[in-house]
Order: sequence, then structure tokens, then C-alpha cells
Amino acid sequence: MNGKELLSFRINGDPQQVAVRPEQTLLEVVRDGLGLTGTKRGCDDASCGACTVLVDGEPVFSCVQLALLTDGAAITTIEGAAGDPQLSGVQDSLVMTGGLQCGYCTPGMVLTTHALLSRDPSPDDQTIRTGLSGNLCRCTGYLRIVEAVRQAAPLHAARRE
Amino acid sequence: MIVPRDFDEAGQHGGAGGRSSANGSREPKPSDEHQASNATDSRPSGTDLLDSKDRARGRVSYVDDVRLPDLLHAKFLRSPYAHARIVSIDTSAAAAISGVKAIITGKDTPRRYGVLPVGHDETALATDKVRYLGQEVAAVAATSPRVATAAIRAIRVEYEELPAYFTICEAREANEHWIHADRPRNIEKEYHHVFGDPDAAFRSAVVIVEDEFKHPRVTHAALEPHGTVAVHEPGERYTLWTSTQTPRHVQQGVARALEVEESAVRVIPCAVGGAFGGKSETFPADVAAAILAQRSGRPVRFSLSREEVFLLHRGRPESEIRMRVGLTREGKIAAVACESHQDGGAFCSYGVVTILYSGALLCALYDVQHMRFDGYRILTNKPACGPMRGHGTIGARHAFEVLLDRAAAALGLDPIDVRRRNFLQENSRTVNDLRVTSYGFPECVEKVEAASKWKEKHGRLPSGRGVGFGASHYVSGASNSIIRGTFPHSTVSLQTERSGELTLLTGASEIGQGSDTVLAIIVSSVLGLEPSDIRVVSGDTALTPNDLGSYSSRVTFMTGNAALEAAEKLRDKIRARVARRVGVAATQLVLRDRRVCVEDDPQRGMGFVDSLKLLVEEENSLTTTGSYRPPPAAQGGKFPGAGVGPGVSYSYSAQVVEIEVNRETGEIKVLQVWAAHDCGKALNEVAVRGQVEGSIWMGVGQALCEEQRFSRQGLLFNPGLLEYKVPTTLDTPPIDVFLVESADPEGPFGAKEAGEGSLGAVLPALTNAVYDAVGVWIPDLPLTPERVLAAIRRKESGEAVAAETDSEATSILSDAIKTVN
Repeated sequence: MNGKELLSFRINGDPQQVAVRPEQTLLEVVRDGLGLTGTKRGCDDASCGACTVLVDGEPVFSCVQLALLTDGAAITTIEGAAGDPQLSGVQDSLVMTGGLQCGYCTPGMVLTTHALLSRDPSPDDQTIRTGLSGNLCRCTGYLRIVEAVRQAAPLHAARRE
Repeated sequence: MIVPRDFDEAGQHGGAGGRSSANGSREPKPSDEHQASNATDSRPSGTDLLDSKDRARGRVSYVDDVRLPDLLHAKFLRSPYAHARIVSIDTSAAAAISGVKAIITGKDTPRRYGVLPVGHDETALATDKVRYLGQEVAAVAATSPRVATAAIRAIRVEYEELPAYFTICEAREANEHWIHADRPRNIEKEYHHVFGDPDAAFRSAVVIVEDEFKHPRVTHAALEPHGTVAVHEPGERYTLWTSTQTPRHVQQGVARALEVEESAVRVIPCAVGGAFGGKSETFPADVAAAILAQRSGRPVRFSLSREEVFLLHRGRPESEIRMRVGLTREGKIAAVACESHQDGGAFCSYGVVTILYSGALLCALYDVQHMRFDGYRILTNKPACGPMRGHGTIGARHAFEVLLDRAAAALGLDPIDVRRRNFLQENSRTVNDLRVTSYGFPECVEKVEAASKWKEKHGRLPSGRGVGFGASHYVSGASNSIIRGTFPHSTVSLQTERSGELTLLTGASEIGQGSDTVLAIIVSSVLGLEPSDIRVVSGDTALTPNDLGSYSSRVTFMTGNAALEAAEKLRDKIRARVARRVGVAATQLVLRDRRVCVEDDPQRGMGFVDSLKLLVEEENSLTTTGSYRPPPAAQGGKFPGAGVGPGVSYSYSAQVVEIEVNRETGEIKVLQVWAAHDCGKALNEVAVRGQVEGSIWMGVGQALCEEQRFSRQGLLFNPGLLEYKVPTTLDTPPIDVFLVESADPEGPFGAKEAGEGSLGAVLPALTNAVYDAVGVWIPDLPLTPERVLAAIRRKESGEAVAAETDSEATSILSDAIKTVN
């Protein structure tokens, strides 16, 4: 195995096995191992949030998450939003309110929002701001992102299975 | 969704002159209370950014997402010294590592380049010496990032340290070992401008205020790190995928560095993950990737780390500005004198432009008839500075607006009243020969004065709470290009073929600001289409016509005008051809709702796509082309340095902020920002508001918390997003944006810039609000809690409230200004 170990997890619903080295991060495995490039690299030190994915529903900075520690977990990346009405609702809301410009932070923002709304279906502004405070955006000034989350909340709750 | 709009079918698009449609079925857009009264007339209307759905889905390709077979991964070895001679480099151990495919050092990159014709002072890798801590010394391409890193660590370099200069003062006092031998005393460039008779004018002033302002070095911190993928092709041709605002600058710089023709270099800009000025020139990775690809025969990728992006920098320079403003008894600006020193770091980059902007735009917001400017761009052993949103204008504007408030206070006048007494006129020229066309600034001032309830609040809020006013402006496209030549600044082609698909080709790169979209809006408006009907191909130097790129807030105005001309040419061809088919005069045909039809008999005509198919019947394809060239009258005066400052038009912004200052901690809480921006005409309202909000938010960060700091060895202390504080969701104030539409006579549909002009106003507004809240003038930025608290304590302990001098550097500002008057 060339120093690699076998990692088994579900990625966007599909079971997946991939050989990884112990020091590899989840970000590397997702982007380079699986070719899911929607997850973005911004800092490599958990300071920007662009690499956020969901591990068993919780937002995780994949750039500092050792991949092997997610063995057996269910991972959701932005590509998983395609078949998920709740996630696509958040995306649509961001698009419609102007909550994204360059879009580099957006995949992480979408997944963090999904986790936030799953915990609290009708968050107040302060809860939204606190919930997204680990995700940097350098384009928008955040006002439209907060507005997008506010607008997405009722639909997100309605689409809960 | 686009909503119906009307535009003058005769081709007049000068803004307010648009007329209603004949059938009356199209209602004007309801008046928004946030807009100027003239905003209800015709306009193209906005849409979601064309690719924003794909961006939200993670489906667009940024440079890091480019995947090529056999791709090698490259890393830089960087200098551990700020200033040192390279004695020797031994790469033998690195070359022996399995998986290493190519190693290059400075001897492989001898040819100098630089974005300005007067600033060719960089090589991709250091040749004779290193000039800042972190400079690229060697590069390795290997089969994986890990192998490349291991190889970098195996390279041995022997350095001989040289004296290093980290402050403006140290650099200017150096007698030897200048950072560049041909720049004595480390002065990159100096300018001395006098307009009118400032000495006499100062003597006529009844109030003169003067202070020294220090502004920190701040950086773009775009979320996407820089990167490049290069492929070498037979016949010494290269293809580069890179994250850039200015593909043509990269093409030119790489060709120069590689000593090949520009035509041998194809640059394909990927989706850009934020730029703000920080991606507008050739970088070492662009050149090194190309050489490594040539040496290895394989594609090569650089993906810079966040720390490397901080070391690349090209952001706003640290500056020291001594400024003096005089007011007459009537509150008119008698004269301004500005001495501006910028610490530009180790290379020129855009530095000559930056220092000139800090003087030139002092004259184009208010009526200033007498002005003295002394500007010094200084080299230091720190990462090179460059252009950043509001390029060159931010510090000087901060100083000016703060001094205006102080002068107003001395005269006992309301600060906004003083501004009102100094408005420019529309269609005028400034004392330094800048052409002013549309001028919506007075309306901007009125908007924020009313919305903020200024008169009830200024000087009247309880202690600890205050309001402050600030204003700013910016060029809506620089009138003079960086790439020298007589070619048009923008050209746009509209192309169609048998399928009837309409493709817009532009060299301007989409950097997330919505430039692709605004061009599609302009073209679709002329052709009676939806923006999404048009496929936009942007940036690729091999496919698109020449365009200078997405910098200096030029795309909507310049590329937009080129798109408008291309669309009008296509419309005329369509009308002529369809008129023959339908048997009417071309002038009877209109293009709307995806049809080409007789205006008062819409059943007669054909679908738009069918009309394109009809047009290409004979030649199989059709291209119309429009171009834009700034008018000579907008290109400025004849004095040295006159080329920087002239814009084809200017945006204007007025802002009021309300803040709360905690007297115990010195913390500032921004309660509200009211901002009015004269964008000429908002072609895509959500996008325009997003640009204004983003600018203000970035300005708030620079006013309150952002600052790069260095050790005494030139080590950047905060090269990460944990340490370099940008505001988060928790720090963003509410911002009310009012769009003022002055309908620029030359802008497409009257539009001008929205992406930069609003940044500068918020910084002085905050400084002025601190005075209103707690009675202290703090000239320096950022307004950190420590700085604010120290000022409050000094005031409370009865000391003079003067400029704070917490910096180690002693000002070396000359006596030039002091001798005035």
C-alpha cells in the first residue's frame, strides 16, 4: 500500500474506498483523490472556512481534518447539493440576494448554512452571524449572505424530511 | 430576471434621454426611494450574475481546479533574509531526489520584467541578491507537492547579509547598498507638482489646519490564493492558466521574461476567486511555471499557500502623509499642500502610479484651485506593494477629509456645509487638468445627510456616540493605458454562426464582480434579448479581442461602450436584412422580446435566432466588433506624471457613519453606515449595491483592524488570516446604500464605476465620528482600541490632543510644507 491505508466512507451518499497516507487531509482526499474540486482551499490552517464540508452533518474545516479519522463517516461536499433540495435552496437564495460574487467562499458558506439551519430552523440575525463567523468572504461584506440565510430558512425547514 | 426596458432605437443611449416605447406596454421601473429622482427613466435592468449558480454549486474552474495529465507540482525556495547577496546555490542534493523533474534558479531567469514600462526591476527568481524576506530564490517541479517540498529543503544557498531598510526613514537615509543600484537613496520616484499659486492662496486663508497621517500597509486577502498552470508547446509556445484580472499584462510580462514574442504566450484566465487589485500583473509563479514546463516537458502547477500570498502582497503601501488645508472666511478651500511618502517595498510594481494617484485625485472631488503635491515612492526590504481597491487614493483622501472637518470646526461651520461650498461643476476641468463630466456628488451628500438625520445628530449625540462624514471618488477607467500603444483600450466582438448562437468575446476578465454579466446586459438590451441568451467568452488571449483587463474600474464604462457599439452594429445588420425579407424599411423594425418585428405591427417579423440564421446564410458566420478609446480631452495634461489621474469619468461617494466608542476599552462599534454612490446608471442594481457594500466593508476593516506588521529582521508577523484580521460576519455594520444616477454623457446607458469609489469615504468618516463621539482627533489608522484609548487618556489627562507618535519611525518629512506661508 506504499504507506497508505484504506479509508472507507460515504461521500454524498455513495460508499467510497480510497487509499490515503496518514498525514493526508480530508481536503486533499476530496479534491485530489476523488476529483471533487467544488471544495476550496483558501488557507490550509482553518482560518477561512472555504474548505468546509459536512462530516456526519457537522461542518468541518477539511484542510485540518486528517482524512483517516473520517473512516466510516458520511461526508457531504458541495457536489452533494445537486440532489438535496435543502442545500439547493440555500444556493438559490445566495444567488438571488447577491450573496456571492467571486464564489470562492460559497461552497463552504452553503454547507455551514445547511448545518446551521438544521440545528436552528429559524435563527435570528445574531445566530446567523455567529454561525457563519468561521467562514470568511472578502467580496460581499456579508450583509447579503446574512439576508440569504434569513430568506432560505423557511424553505429549508419546509424541505426537511 | 430582466424586466422590460426601453432604449432609444435610434441608437442614442445617453441616459436621461431615453424615450418610452410606442406601444406603451412597458412600464418604467417603479421608483425606488433609494434612488435618485432621475432613476425612473430608461435603463437596461439587472440580472443574477450569469455564472453565479455554477459558482454556488462549486462547478466553475478556478486555477487550482485545472486538471491536466502528467501535471507536475512546483514549489519555491524563499529567502530567509531581507537583504543579502547570493553567494552560491547548490541544487545537487535536490536534483538527486526521486520525482524531481526540474530545478531552476536565478541564472535561469535573467530577464527583467515589471508591469510598468518604467519599472522593469523584477526577475522571477532572485539573481544577484534577495531584496525581501520571502523572495523567490529557486523553484522545483516534481511529481507531487511533497517531493517538491522535500527538494526545496535540500537546496543549499549561501548568503552574505547586507544592511536592510524597513522604514521610509531608514531607506532614504541609506548611503550605500541601495536596494536597486540605479535608485539612489532608495527613492523609486518623486514628483513635485504645483497648480495655481498655493503660497498666495494659503495667505488668503483664515484657517489653516495641518497634520501628519500614518496609514498602515494592508492587503487584498482575496479568498483564492494565486496560482498558475503552464504548458510548453512545440515551437516555443506557452499556454498559462492563471488567476488574473489582466490576462494581457501577464501575456506581456511572461513574454518579456521568457524573451519570446507576445503571440507565443496564451493566457487563459480561470474563474477568479477575488482579486481587488492583487492579481493584475505578472508574478514569479507565471514565469517560473513556464520555464519549468519547458525544462521538464510536462505541465507545471504552482498553488501558492496563504503565507506565500501574503509575501507576494502587492497591496496598499504604508504611507506617511503631511497635509495642510486652508479655508477662506467663506469656507472655500483656499489651497491644499500634500507631502506623501509611500513605503513601496522591494520592487516598483505599480508604485509610480500609486504615488501619483495620491496627489492627482485630491483635486477632482472638490473645487481646488491651488495645490502643491510632493510625492515620494520609497523602496524598502519588504514585499512589494501594488494596486489595491481605491488605488493610491485612500490615504490622501483620509487626510483631506479629516482636515476639512477640522477646518470646519475651527471656522464654526458644519462639516457637510463646508463640502457644499466647495462642489465642482459638471463638465469642468480641474486645476490639474482632469476632465469632469457627470458629477452626482452634491446629490450623494444630500442623500446621506438626510438619511442619517445628520443635523439632529452631529455634535448633539451623548458622549461616546458620534457621527462622521467622509467622501471619496475614483476613476471610472483610467484614460491612459499601462501597455503602451495607440490601440483601443477595449474591443468586443459579437459572433454568430449557422446555429444562431450569439457569443460575446471580450478580453476583460470576470473576477466575480459581474463584468461578463454587465456586458451581456448591455448587448441584450440593444438586441431585445435576455442576458442569459448570450454566451460570454472572456479573457482568453487566444480567443478574445484586445482589452486591457479588469482594473481601474474600467470594464463597465470602456468594455461596456465597446459592447454597445458591437451590439448596435449587429442590430443594424439584422434590421437591414430582415427589412428586405419582410418588405419594410429598416427603420420600421424594432428588436424586442427575442423578435425582430415591425414596431406598430409586431406580428410582422421573425424570431431573433432566425434573423441571425438569415444573416449568416451566405457567409456561414458573422462578427461585429465595437471598440472604445478614451477621448483625447480626457487624457490629462502635459506635465511629468500627468498620465495618472485622468479618468474617462469619475464616480462619487458620500458617507455618514454613526459609531459608539467605549471609553473604557477604546473599542469602536459601527452602528450604521449611510452611503450614497454616484454610479451614473445602475445597469445591474444588485451587483452595483454588492460592489458598494463590499467596498465599504473592506474600508471599515482597514480603518479599524487591518495592518501588516514586520519584525526588525523584515519578517512579516501576520502572514495568515488568523493573524491578519479581516472583519467577519460579526463585525459587519448595517450599510444603507443609496444609488445616485447622474447619467454620464459618455457611459454606456449613462453608467460608470461602482467597484472602488466607495471604499475611501468610510475611513475618514470613522475618524471624524470618533471626534464627534469622544473629542479626539486621531490622524493614524487603524483605529485600534489601544490607539483610541490612548488618545482618550491623553485628552483626559489634559495633554495636548495631537498626532499620536507610537511608531518607532521618526518622520523625515521635509520642511517644504512648513515653509509655506
